[in-house]
Amino acid sequence: MDVLKEVGNIGAGNAATALSRLLDKPVDMAVPKVQMLPFEAVADKVGGAESVVLAIFLRVEGDAPGNLFFILSPEAAKKLLQRLVGIQVESEEEFSEMEWSALSEIGNILAGSYLSSLADFTSLAMTPTVPALAMDMAGAILGYGLLQFGEMGDSALLIDTTFIEDQQEVEGQFILIPDPEFFDKIFIALGVPMNDD
Amino acid sequence: MIEEQRIVKVGMADLNIIQQSGLIRTTGLGSCVGLTLFDPVVKAAGLAHVMLPTSSIARDGALNIAKYADTAVPALLEQLLNIGAEQKRIVAKMAGGSQMFTFAGSGDSLRIGPRNVESCKEKLSELGIPLLAEDTGGNYGRTIELDCETGILFIRSVQKGVKEL
Repeated sequence: MDVLKEVGNIGAGNAATALSRLLDKPVDMAVPKVQMLPFEAVADKVGGAESVVLAIFLRVEGDAPGNLFFILSPEAAKKLLQRLVGIQVESEEEFSEMEWSALSEIGNILAGSYLSSLADFTSLAMTPTVPALAMDMAGAILGYGLLQFGEMGDSALLIDTTFIEDQQEVEGQFILIPDPEFFDKIFIALGVPMNDD
Repeated sequence: MIEEQRIVKVGMADLNIIQQSGLIRTTGLGSCVGLTLFDPVVKAAGLAHVMLPTSSIARDGALNIAKYADTAVPALLEQLLNIGAEQKRIVAKMAGGSQMFTFAGSGDSLRIGPRNVESCKEKLSELGIPLLAEDTGGNYGRTIELDCETGILFIRSVQKGVKEL
């Protein structure tokens, strides 16, 4: 678990750097939590199954496949858009096509930097798919990331990192749900002996 | 004295039943299907939050019957029969089975929502349970609640508001 935490830390560190370059401001990052969580608790990580979130979802392909989510509250997404691309978001409820594609690009950059540092650290090939965006109930969104786990058991491994951009309080969260096979591969790549308990 | 309405919550890959009065609810259905069974005479209702279409893909180990359409539907039926429901009176409604994300060149595993819906329907027809109504598909999440007195299924979504079936 400590190794995974470190891996998450390094990935998130790079993503935070990317974000702070984009914003031209320092961005803090909370130390990632690595947890084995029952399905029910996964959505609680982002405020409950029914809370509305904006999610950028990437499927990670390659040696260690998994599902990566970058999750923002709709308010945080609007702030991010305002700061980054100077778009003043008018509607409370919806994003325009332009805003949507800007968010998708931001997510792509952040997720890309998160993944590439994970890949560097583990020497595993990890390729992100084109990002997909959705704004909906957290349960419905994260449920999708748990399907691979559905074949195995009722809990999932989560690497969870929060970003805080101080003055403006833009908060975002990375949730990486590796496919069950992923841990073995990452542990082997890191040279950590496997034990079964 | 005003009694507070009883709500039974059903989690992901879980199932439960309720009788007499109150609501049975599951939140945040995406590609999962919320399948409900209802016997109007004894006012017994059941709800399963189905995650995957078939248990044949399950690996070794303990099988969570609530997780798969092909095992959850019969298990839910059995629980209802145990509390006095009769199979010939039972009717079904369901919601969910959406595709939250769409990708170019998506493989079969990404069609999980529609496959969940198909699998639930197959099982219902095998068991001879009529499907009265459904609100499935689309690309959005749903929270559903079944009133065990009336059998009305309430469906709430971010994009479409509240709907009754």
